[in-house]
Amino acid sequence: MKNNCCDEYTRSQLLRSAAAEAGKGLPAIEVGMPEPAGTGLSRRRFLSRSAGLALAVYGASKIPLSAFETGIAQAAPTDKVLVSVFFEGGIDALSLLAPVGDPKYAQLRPKLAEAPGSGTSFSEDSRLQWHPAAAGLATLHDEGKVSSFPAIGYDHPDQSHFTSRHYYEIGQLEVGYRTGWLGRYIDAVGDDENPLQGLSMDGSLSPMIATAEKPVAAIDSVDGYDLWSAVSEPIQSEMFNSFARFGSLPSDSPGLAQVRHATSQTDKLRTELGGVGKASSPVEYPDTDFGHKLAGLAAYLAFGLPMRVVTIRAAGSYDTHAGQAPDLERNLRETCEGLLAFQRDLENRGLADRVLTEVWSEFGRRPEENGSEGTDHGAAGCAFVIGSKAKGEMVGEFPGLSKLDGDENLRVTSDFRAMYCSLLEQWLGYDAASIIPGASGFARPPLVA
Amino acid sequence: MAIPQTTGRKNKSRRHAHRKQKHVWNDKHWRWVPTADGDWRVQGYVFHHKHKPAKHHFRGPGPKPVRRLAAAAALNPDPRPAGAYQGPFGHDQAVRLLNRAGFGPSLGQADPLASLGLVGAVQSLTRPSGAAILSGPAPVDDNGKPLAPADSWGHDHLWWLDRMVRSNQPLVERMALVFHDWFATSKRGVSKQQQMIDQSNLFRAAWGGSFLDLFKAVAIDPAMLQWLNGAENEKWAPNENFGREMMELFSLGADRGAYTEDDVREQARALTGWRNDWSNELGAHNFRFEPGWHDTGSKSVFGRSGNWGWEDACRLCVEHPLHPSFFVDKLWSYFVPTPAPEPLRASLIDTYVGSGWQIRPVLETILMSPALYEGPPMVKPPVVQLAGMLRAVGRYIDTTAWVWLCEPAGQVLFLPPNVAGWDDSRWLDTSRMRARWNIVDYVLDGISVDAWRRPYSTTETAEEALARALGSWGSPGLREEHRAELLEFARRAEKQVSANWQKGPYRAMRQNALLQLIGISPDLILQ
Repeated sequence: MKNNCCDEYTRSQLLRSAAAEAGKGLPAIEVGMPEPAGTGLSRRRFLSRSAGLALAVYGASKIPLSAFETGIAQAAPTDKVLVSVFFEGGIDALSLLAPVGDPKYAQLRPKLAEAPGSGTSFSEDSRLQWHPAAAGLATLHDEGKVSSFPAIGYDHPDQSHFTSRHYYEIGQLEVGYRTGWLGRYIDAVGDDENPLQGLSMDGSLSPMIATAEKPVAAIDSVDGYDLWSAVSEPIQSEMFNSFARFGSLPSDSPGLAQVRHATSQTDKLRTELGGVGKASSPVEYPDTDFGHKLAGLAAYLAFGLPMRVVTIRAAGSYDTHAGQAPDLERNLRETCEGLLAFQRDLENRGLADRVLTEVWSEFGRRPEENGSEGTDHGAAGCAFVIGSKAKGEMVGEFPGLSKLDGDENLRVTSDFRAMYCSLLEQWLGYDAASIIPGASGFARPPLVA
Repeated sequence: MAIPQTTGRKNKSRRHAHRKQKHVWNDKHWRWVPTADGDWRVQGYVFHHKHKPAKHHFRGPGPKPVRRLAAAAALNPDPRPAGAYQGPFGHDQAVRLLNRAGFGPSLGQADPLASLGLVGAVQSLTRPSGAAILSGPAPVDDNGKPLAPADSWGHDHLWWLDRMVRSNQPLVERMALVFHDWFATSKRGVSKQQQMIDQSNLFRAAWGGSFLDLFKAVAIDPAMLQWLNGAENEKWAPNENFGREMMELFSLGADRGAYTEDDVREQARALTGWRNDWSNELGAHNFRFEPGWHDTGSKSVFGRSGNWGWEDACRLCVEHPLHPSFFVDKLWSYFVPTPAPEPLRASLIDTYVGSGWQIRPVLETILMSPALYEGPPMVKPPVVQLAGMLRAVGRYIDTTAWVWLCEPAGQVLFLPPNVAGWDDSRWLDTSRMRARWNIVDYVLDGISVDAWRRPYSTTETAEEALARALGSWGSPGLREEHRAELLEFARRAEKQVSANWQKGPYRAMRQNALLQLIGISPDLILQ
């Protein structure tokens, strides 16, 4: 854990990692803190041969693992996929979309203010300017593929990472819920035996896709079914030819036959699944873990794996209480370059009309910087909906810095639950009323073109 | 001239960022290699350290091994018992013995063993003297730091793997592995890794003596008392877990009519009285027998009544008429993949009962049996194959990767899948085979050649390439059809050379491919 994070953040991380040890109970860390959704789900691991992935499957404990194998193989590839990318820790929206044209900005941020002209200006509001490290996002925005929420949140914002994140994950302002908003969607429309329908590319399950009944999955590695080798082409093909030959020669004992059988099956699977998860992308991704995961995700989509919702954490952590500038620069760049490459990859593969990406964070940061060249927890943050099918129009205005809320934080001009309702109805084609409590009370910003 | 700077290695390091090698420290190490006249000579070789080695770290070669032909000169006449294997006992037989009763030969180990003859060779393994000697560098993690087997997750696995690689008493380690599987205890149910290590030390100490003594020691071993709830078994509320498994899995076997459900309940009563304390710091500790918690009433087990206690429970199982056959068949199955033929099986049972349930004489007979040398091969457990490969290439424990690499291969030590141990019939499927491939790739890290760092021969022939690759693996015997396929591969690879600059680099890749193919060949997977 980086030392510039707040204590509460560290504790909530601890609680979450403990939550991954399902069934062991949670350590008591802070009274009243909500437990992560999906904490009670049973977790089992298996290698899905049909998908070439080592999966940790959550929920549906009564179904034998072999059924998932069949379920994945038989599930039809989905029409629409929603990818959720999480800026963990509360990203500084006032750096990402910096209000350099707001007279109060430089005053509140003597050390951290972005210099006017250092990044592309934001075409929908002349006061705002993209962080230079967010150039990838700016590029997509200029192409009309990004809907921006410059001040998203909810009434009476909670400044606890854990509570606020929990609200975003479950899609309402309650602490006792056990299912995520996308988990409830999967429960409603999903398959009994296809855990890939809700996939966390993070090793542990995102509470956002925690279901009550239907199976969902997490993967540690996107590498799929490959055999490592330092040997490259043209020798590699010859090597695998010989490996396959080891599998096809005659046997004179059951032990040898067993080895030969496993060898030939392994080579067969390697050939069949060679494309899955391998970064054989038509475009170049940044050489980072986040980029690698997105490259894998695009390959899964191209392979037709039956996914509906996918969650993934953005590169790095954004709880920048101290020394914000370099950390934010690095992590934001990794994330935005990855997102741009992902979009280009989808476009290249002809998948761009099937995928919409939602980017969010649990809150924004305090407009006034603190004494350690960092920022503390704030209220309104930012969110983005990215894709060829994104409407590309700003939702909610930038409220300005001259009038802040009672805690000296940025005022909220759009509600995250309204964004969820629109994504459900306009993208996933499902009535939000049964997924988001109080859905009828929210406007439906147009998010899909 | 475009020289491809990207090999599979680069992709791999991206996928496994922690493997990224920014620096490699090369220095000269020495090892003993056998000479044609039966002696040993020192050979220098360049060792690629992944981490900066300590200034005075071990560079070999250690004390000179015993002269091989001198040992042969003292050759005993090798009188073999009746019923034992009577064929030639040479290099190949010694390798097979070392594979099944240990972890394969280290460089040059097979021939001296062969020179002892069958009986001498078996007894040199089954009758070790004194404490085991671990030779070679002590195990370290990826940062060159010593292991913390009691504390760090996975270091217990590495600690044992290291003993398999370095111990001069390989059979002791192999028998400890046999009994770890036999009395399969998992650290998932045990509060401290040290308790698992202690249990394995119990196996190291008691593997060859009386099975009843071993059984009794296991019954009150703290790890077992936690794993099968022996310490939660009290007279007011008996817990049948250990009472059932001690019969079903440890001594009698299911579905043989050996015991009834009533026997399970009565055994559980006999076993009552063991307790322990718990603290966050020590976990489960202070294991003790408390008479007040023991059921002192009469119990009827297998039709024999008495005020039985935990020692009686073990003894009643071992004295059961169906126990000796269970013991012999189970022990046999660890070494030979086909059932023991009669009359050998009957004589093994006689040996066992006649010796007062001694394990060693039964084991020695099994290790001398014709079926072991003439019968079909068996699939090596993943850890056995890995330890064998490390011994063959002369590598020691220098990375924690063996933990996460062994998991998909299906075997993490101290973490058997359940109380029945590992399923020997399921060592290989596509995910486990892939894991073995990847383990081989990892074993070869630092052994395979790097044409970009050092120019590789531009003239090496296919035959020379295969000989070199086999040499790096300690010259394992290959089936003829595999040797032919590898030679064929080497020739095909050479045909790929179309430009002058490719001559060296392609030969280097060919060498690496040969190393990989030998490691994943049926010959190295089978024992």
